[in-house]
Amino acid sequence: MLKPRYSIFSLARNAMNYHKDWERAWRSPSPKAEYDAVIVGAGGHGLATAYYLAKNHKMTNIAVVEKGWLGGGNTGRNTTIIRSNYLQDPSIAIYELARTLYEGLSQELNYNVMFSPRGVLMLCQTQHELRAFQRTAHANRLAGLDCRMITPAEVKEIVPIINDDPNCRYPILGAYYQPRGGTGRHDAVAWGYARGADDMGVDIIQNCEVTGIQRDGNQVMGLETSRGVIKTKKVGVVTAGNVSTVMDMAGVRMPIESLCLQALVSEPIKPVIDCVVMANTVHGYMSQSDKGELVIGGGTDPYNNYSQRGSFASLEHTITALIETFPIISRLRMLRHWGGIVDMTGDRSPIIGKTPVDGLYVNCGWGTGGFKAIPGSGWVFADTLANDRPHKIAEAFSMERFTEGRFIDESVAAAVAH
Amino acid sequence: MTGKPYRLTEGGSRIDRNSRMTFSFDGRDVQGFAGDTVASAVLASGQKIFGRSFKYHRPRGVVGLGSEEMNALIGVGADARHEPNLRATQVEIFGGMVAESQNRWPSLTYDMGAINSKLSRFIPGGFYYKTFKWPQAFWKHVYEPIIRRAAGLGRAATGCDPDTYEHMHLHCDVLVAGGGLAGILAAEAAAKAGARVVLIDENPVLGGIADLTAGMINGECAADWLKPTADALQMMPNMRVLSRTTVVGHYHHNYLMAHERVGDHDPALLAAGAPRQRKWKIRAKRVIMATGAIERPIAFANNDRPNIMLASAARGLISRYGVSPGTQGIVFTNNDDAYLTAFALQKAGVNVQIVDSRARPDGDLVKRAQEEGIPVSLSSVISAVAGTQAVRAVKIAAYRKGQGRVITERKVDCDFIAMSGGWNPALHLWAHNGGKIRFDDSLQSFRPDTHPDAITAVGAANGTMSVAETISEAQAAGEVAAKSVLKKAKAAKPAKIEVKEPKRGALEPLWFAPATGHYNEGNKHFIDFQNDVTVADLELAQREGYESVEHTKRYTTLGMATDQGKTSNLNGLGVLAEATGKTIPEIGVTTFRPPYTPYSFGAIAGALTNDLFLPVRRTAVFQWHTDQGATWEPVGQWRRAYTYTGVGEEKHQSITREILSVRNKVGLLDASTLGKIEIKGPDAAEFLDRIYTNTFSTLKVGRCRYGLMMNELGFLSDDGVTVRLGEDHFLMHTTSGGADRIAAWLEEWLQTEWTQYKVFVTPVTEQWSQFALAGPQAREVLEKLEPDFEITNEAFPHMSFKIGKLGGFPVRVYRISFSGELSYEIAAPAGYGLSLWQAIMEAGAEFGIGPYGTEALHVLRAEKGYIVIGDETDGTTTPDDVGMAGMVSKKKTDFLGKRSLEQSELKRDGRKQLVGLLTEEPNDILPDGAHAVADLKDKPPMKMIGHVTSSYMSPSLGRSIAMALIENGRARMGETIAFPLAGGKVMKAKIIGTVFYDKDGGRINA
Repeated sequence: MLKPRYSIFSLARNAMNYHKDWERAWRSPSPKAEYDAVIVGAGGHGLATAYYLAKNHKMTNIAVVEKGWLGGGNTGRNTTIIRSNYLQDPSIAIYELARTLYEGLSQELNYNVMFSPRGVLMLCQTQHELRAFQRTAHANRLAGLDCRMITPAEVKEIVPIINDDPNCRYPILGAYYQPRGGTGRHDAVAWGYARGADDMGVDIIQNCEVTGIQRDGNQVMGLETSRGVIKTKKVGVVTAGNVSTVMDMAGVRMPIESLCLQALVSEPIKPVIDCVVMANTVHGYMSQSDKGELVIGGGTDPYNNYSQRGSFASLEHTITALIETFPIISRLRMLRHWGGIVDMTGDRSPIIGKTPVDGLYVNCGWGTGGFKAIPGSGWVFADTLANDRPHKIAEAFSMERFTEGRFIDESVAAAVAH
Repeated sequence: MTGKPYRLTEGGSRIDRNSRMTFSFDGRDVQGFAGDTVASAVLASGQKIFGRSFKYHRPRGVVGLGSEEMNALIGVGADARHEPNLRATQVEIFGGMVAESQNRWPSLTYDMGAINSKLSRFIPGGFYYKTFKWPQAFWKHVYEPIIRRAAGLGRAATGCDPDTYEHMHLHCDVLVAGGGLAGILAAEAAAKAGARVVLIDENPVLGGIADLTAGMINGECAADWLKPTADALQMMPNMRVLSRTTVVGHYHHNYLMAHERVGDHDPALLAAGAPRQRKWKIRAKRVIMATGAIERPIAFANNDRPNIMLASAARGLISRYGVSPGTQGIVFTNNDDAYLTAFALQKAGVNVQIVDSRARPDGDLVKRAQEEGIPVSLSSVISAVAGTQAVRAVKIAAYRKGQGRVITERKVDCDFIAMSGGWNPALHLWAHNGGKIRFDDSLQSFRPDTHPDAITAVGAANGTMSVAETISEAQAAGEVAAKSVLKKAKAAKPAKIEVKEPKRGALEPLWFAPATGHYNEGNKHFIDFQNDVTVADLELAQREGYESVEHTKRYTTLGMATDQGKTSNLNGLGVLAEATGKTIPEIGVTTFRPPYTPYSFGAIAGALTNDLFLPVRRTAVFQWHTDQGATWEPVGQWRRAYTYTGVGEEKHQSITREILSVRNKVGLLDASTLGKIEIKGPDAAEFLDRIYTNTFSTLKVGRCRYGLMMNELGFLSDDGVTVRLGEDHFLMHTTSGGADRIAAWLEEWLQTEWTQYKVFVTPVTEQWSQFALAGPQAREVLEKLEPDFEITNEAFPHMSFKIGKLGGFPVRVYRISFSGELSYEIAAPAGYGLSLWQAIMEAGAEFGIGPYGTEALHVLRAEKGYIVIGDETDGTTTPDDVGMAGMVSKKKTDFLGKRSLEQSELKRDGRKQLVGLLTEEPNDILPDGAHAVADLKDKPPMKMIGHVTSSYMSPSLGRSIAMALIENGRARMGETIAFPLAGGKVMKAKIIGTVFYDKDGGRINA
């Protein structure tokens, strides 16, 4: 099909006709009767999976079905942090694959996803946190990641608005710094993958809710949807926030708890902070979008919830923590806050792989940190689906690990595993 | 500035013409009256431009009357008191105020960013997704920095906020949001029936826009009739009225946030100590939403030029501030309401004519316009606006409904335009927490439908636009609300109210006014003014497949400006509906999210900053430690003394001194932060058997036992000594950092899983001061304190305790040790803490006693191979991993984590196991967290076999020691492993057992 490419030249050319000739970024197809594979959930992970199924595995007779609008779940609700400086080997492998793919993603997709390696700083505000990050730093260095511990003076240089008073409640003792981490434009990641997948013939079917999963014995046979039955022998479920309910349709009980995680933005202001700062001890993180809004996140609500509206108490705590960390934000104003439902596993690491049902695959449990993983997640999940065996990087993330006790616990390195 | 007489000689209900004040705007002195806003005063001075738009940097002026303003955003205050992005229509002036425009460089009139406007043809909605991709590195280094500098609006303050904020908590029967006609009458009705009522309004004075309506009530104009009622409300004992306060969010179960601007308008209040702002957290039994409605602009070409404003804003400027936007005005409307603006202008002596897109409007106001001789052009729209920095003229074109192109047009000179596309109920609060809304054809807007909470909408917020209906609806809602929450409501005596109001003709939707030239070729019909989103952008988004309204919003940034779409969302939906042939409800709405208007982070934090942000917990001896030169370490919420540096002493020297003092003489540690939890009840022993890996039901009264705790996954979560005070009574010690977590953990199991247990759990950490007296001479010190109990080794052996008197203090003394020395932990009620500490120090003086800090403690315990939860363990560590499998009961039927220990991964060979390490070079101290590798010759990623958990210089051994978790470590005794460090250095260390000092434990039992 090959859509016309986006470039400054195509922009200029289209300007001549007042942009009336642009083509659709993706089609709006009706579901076919049968596909070789169907991905449930058109978030970043689902769309990336479809893209790499088509690109890497030449599976183009596939569809992505989506209950609402593509990219409308956590892909469009997160704080867009991208980093890979995790402690455990399996985590490093998948997040670093994702980060590396992000670096060339705008060019790969011919869609500007605005990956911006502006650097991610994880503050050390207690001795314990400092020691934990020192351990991560040693592990990451030997794993070949470009990360380092930096001193309070270096932190101040990179983030001039940070509170560097050594006598404050939680003084900055240093930070763990990944200069190649950063942010991306979350919607654009979904849109870019959607456009790319659509271009290779993938049907992206929005407003199509899965209501049942058909089985013949232990083999998946198809999906019942609000737009009719779709036959397929391969189903990949990638429905963050709702994975338990979808998998329940196939009789698979997931080791997942669903919680509300909130985020907020300030009104746009001129640039004050160039990198991402995460303060795990006090539970707050902040960056500034290209539009000028401070993008702020904190911890999850403590109770299970599907409502996408969180408690005010957690917001209040996050903001209080960030005023301590960045005193100048006190007179800036909160513009909007929102919530998303995050699926948490027992070890806060994802589940990627096969399920007890033949032909049914699942990719979920990214908790509070899925956005950064999208390209890597799609890459290995596509490979797993196409070959009916876990990709090497996905092996460690199989669901069986919870019965084996083989946890990939990142919370050991930080209070929160974002 | 032109110096034209924009300030009328008469009128202005809000201003006090006897009180003049001067403030500065962009460095220029501006005169105003008390009661003016920055918008009214600057407009009165003749200046039309207030700021520049976000993307194209087009000059922009005032559009609205209050919080809906999206264009005239200003920064107020200097340095640390600077606050950006304030709406000029809401900022009340005071003498000496410093205000500035934003997003312009070098100046408002000549702005370099306006180049974007020239390039606008090349940068339509979403253009940045299509370009700036090549070469890869340019996004970060070239394109993005330019975009970032150009974006943003105002600037942040510099420095710490000098003002204060506070939180207020409030419960009420009825909360009324909005103090206009509907809100006042609803509040009055509810309060007269006896309910406790809170009435909240965002403006400085109550009344809403009653002063801008046409209705006559009991022969008076609405505002005059309403005023005595509003004044009387303030006097009612069961009524609280909050002005300058906005209900910003509605949360679960009628929990509401309101934001009060206490001192922003009056620096004298701040100087007198008032908080700048207050956040009210309100739990209301019932909510009445009387938030009014917001007028819609009309999308016509260049509708963003300075001095094109909403009809209600023009009307308000005249009646409230005695300011006319100009001398020659056009009222452009699709409804009757804007005719009132024409009358107000005419009355003020301003030339005006009306352009009405409707063919045959038949309302009373239209007739009145003809009677008053105001020229009205029916079936007409504005098709062009001349003038860039201010309106100079318009073209008026003939129009039929749905027409996309201009056929005939004529030019009319004017210097301002007042527009009205209808009114949208302000239903944000309704939608924040799950209220449903429905589309109303007569309003061409959404109005409240059903709601899961006890909330009612009245008046314009409910889509009720008639004065008479608003009055009856509001009064009824107030009464019903009161009755629903009161056992016995007082009967209402309805006063007779007679309303005369004009019959209104129907509104006709006008989502797009055709412009001179071809359809959508370069004409800018703004929908979202601040974000520069035009009709063409919305159509482009549809064309490109961004069909969902959420996609359109995110692709074009429609409704994402600081007004969150108050004036743009519905107009955008109208455009999308026309572009797709769907209805507006089929297009759907984006989610309404709090807050209604932005409010400061400072107010959200309230007083919980600085010292009150997670307040530091201090032991009873805190000041003594400080006086003795302690340096501090944050542990959990506590500050603990890290070491006591003497004069001329470095930290490593004082730590060594403290360690040797304990090993050779005697030392005293403030261990008060240690978690202490009382566990009491007939099932206490069985409960502990389930919590700990080892058994506590067999512990004898008067004895102590070290216990290990696992979580349900089989991993170590805490440890500590628990003592049996009585048959049914235990005192559990936890780690300092774990005290709160473990107390919550115990409660969780008792409350959710083991509800059959009769057990109380009471955290008592702060109730007790506790000091570790440790060292070979500890017993002599104790003796000197004249205990009223026996302290011989036989009468008071290791792992037992005594309750009695010591130096006159009531104490519990536990013979337990974390240092490996003879050690007594002496606990007394915290009120005695300091005196007891001093008494012990005095008694120990002759033995050379010294205080020791946490670092000495850590070295002492490491020398003995004692683990610290969180250092030697990391949440994936089992008892066997740290060599403590023997502490996991094989007899008990069940306890937390038992089943998980049977998982294959937890039983497999080759897990990481705790070992001791001695570096090849005795003076090399392994860095904490350093990883050992399987093969030094590997390149990254290297295979890692384990990491250092603790590492110290040991004064007792005269060399460095370390502990580490190493794969299969216990089978590798004697093996040397390598730790490649940063910068290429490699440290090698030999694996040994974890106990470095006093392996047979003779000292502890001495």
